Amino acid sequence: MERDGRVADKREALWKRARMIRAIRDFFTAREYLEVETPHLITALIPEKYIDAVACGDSFLHTSPELHMKRLLAAGHPRIFQICKCFRDGERGSNHLPEFTMLEWYCRGMDYRRLMEECEELIVSVATDLGSGDVVNYQGVAIRLQRPWETISVREAFASYAPMSMDKAVTGNCFDEIMVSSIEPHLGLTQPTFIYDYPASGSALAKQKKDDPTLAERFELYMGGKEIANACSELTDPEEHHRRFLNVNRYRHSAGKSIYPVPEHFLQDVGRMPHAAGIALGVDRLAMIFCDSPAIDDVVSFVPEFL
Amino acid sequence: MYTASDLKKGLRIKIDNEPYIVTEFNFVKPGKGQALYRSKLRNMITGAQFERTFRSVDTFEPADLEQKKMQYLYQEQGKYCFMDNESYEQVFLTEDQVGEAKNFLIDNLEVEILFFEDKALEVSVPNFVDLVVIRADPWAKGDSVSGKTKPVTLQTGYQIQVPPFVEEGEKIRVDTRSGEYLTRVKD
Repeated sequence: MERDGRVADKREALWKRARMIRAIRDFFTAREYLEVETPHLITALIPEKYIDAVACGDSFLHTSPELHMKRLLAAGHPRIFQICKCFRDGERGSNHLPEFTMLEWYCRGMDYRRLMEECEELIVSVATDLGSGDVVNYQGVAIRLQRPWETISVREAFASYAPMSMDKAVTGNCFDEIMVSSIEPHLGLTQPTFIYDYPASGSALAKQKKDDPTLAERFELYMGGKEIANACSELTDPEEHHRRFLNVNRYRHSAGKSIYPVPEHFLQDVGRMPHAAGIALGVDRLAMIFCDSPAIDDVVSFVPEFL
Repeated sequence: MYTASDLKKGLRIKIDNEPYIVTEFNFVKPGKGQALYRSKLRNMITGAQFERTFRSVDTFEPADLEQKKMQYLYQEQGKYCFMDNESYEQVFLTEDQVGEAKNFLIDNLEVEILFFEDKALEVSVPNFVDLVVIRADPWAKGDSVSGKTKPVTLQTGYQIQVPPFVEEGEKIRVDTRSGEYLTRVKD
């Protein structure tokens, strides 16, 4: 954040970013995904334990397009994608901006395993379009894109890299700290890594695994130690949704955070939502990888400190 | 009182009754997890460095630091002696605590010493200090090409690049923040 906001130095990154976004659109359009735009200014949102919305009058700026994209799925659109700005209060660091660009897509009938493949196909296709070839060099690390990519369950990752097991970390209330300090630095170094099957307790709207309800059908994609995308097999049960929303709001209240109005229309629609998988990918982060940039500041035209 | 989200590079906080300075800081947030504040801290008394990860609920007291105007007296066996001009009280700093400032410490230089309670922690020298060149190669013809420099040694032992026309015995002004030559000074 010591970097200043001079736009002139960013010419190359901004061109690459624009080309990357065009390649993403081409990929989804060719696969007959419908590009959608959903409202950014919303009156209710899906409450999350650790995501704070920016309030705007009596409404909020959306923290992700999830809610309304799922309502579109419920309304019968089988394949949809969106590239949009999202807003999260207080998030600022070398990988975070309070206003950032998200790519989100949903596909009816898909599960999270099939979604990993589509994610590989997307990024390989973007790399080809950018002329990066099979290897992306990020901060001195050569990330090979030949498929299939590495997959590792969260439990295995704790066993390999962490000083304690996943279950111990969850009960000991230090899952996030260990994830950041011991595990993330190992992920996505020689090739991109999918890390999957997260503890259900930390997975807001993911479906639980049939054979082990303590785990959620959820994965994250990492490249160069950096989280690029978060995905899951989507929960479709309205009552389970409602229960989880209340739990999250109860937590938020106890933590002294604001409580969000429950999205009633969403709860009415979600029962009609087909089985689907959905994924949110940080466009700025992906641009950092392709531009070999250490800070998110380098791949956006302006940062909040210099507006 | 600070919270973890107030932390930034250079901020001085008190942990377990000792002063620390934040030397590196980053906001991180593992997927769907809570905001974490990864920081590197340096103990301002012992110089020990370590990494700590804080949560947004963590709070800190500011370190109560006081700056006093003092005069540099002398150096002996790696200890640097400074004196308070009013109370004549003397304090010592180690070479580590003095750091880069040792390049600019000349006798009787007025400096600022940072204190935590009654412990002296570090010294800041004025932005500009005039120093005598004690060793320099003579100015050779043909060295006047613009941009060319030569190394000289100053009275503190500090080596610095200067324009070729600077001669032994002359006094020059140095910017202590960058450590670079500014101009020649006539007494």
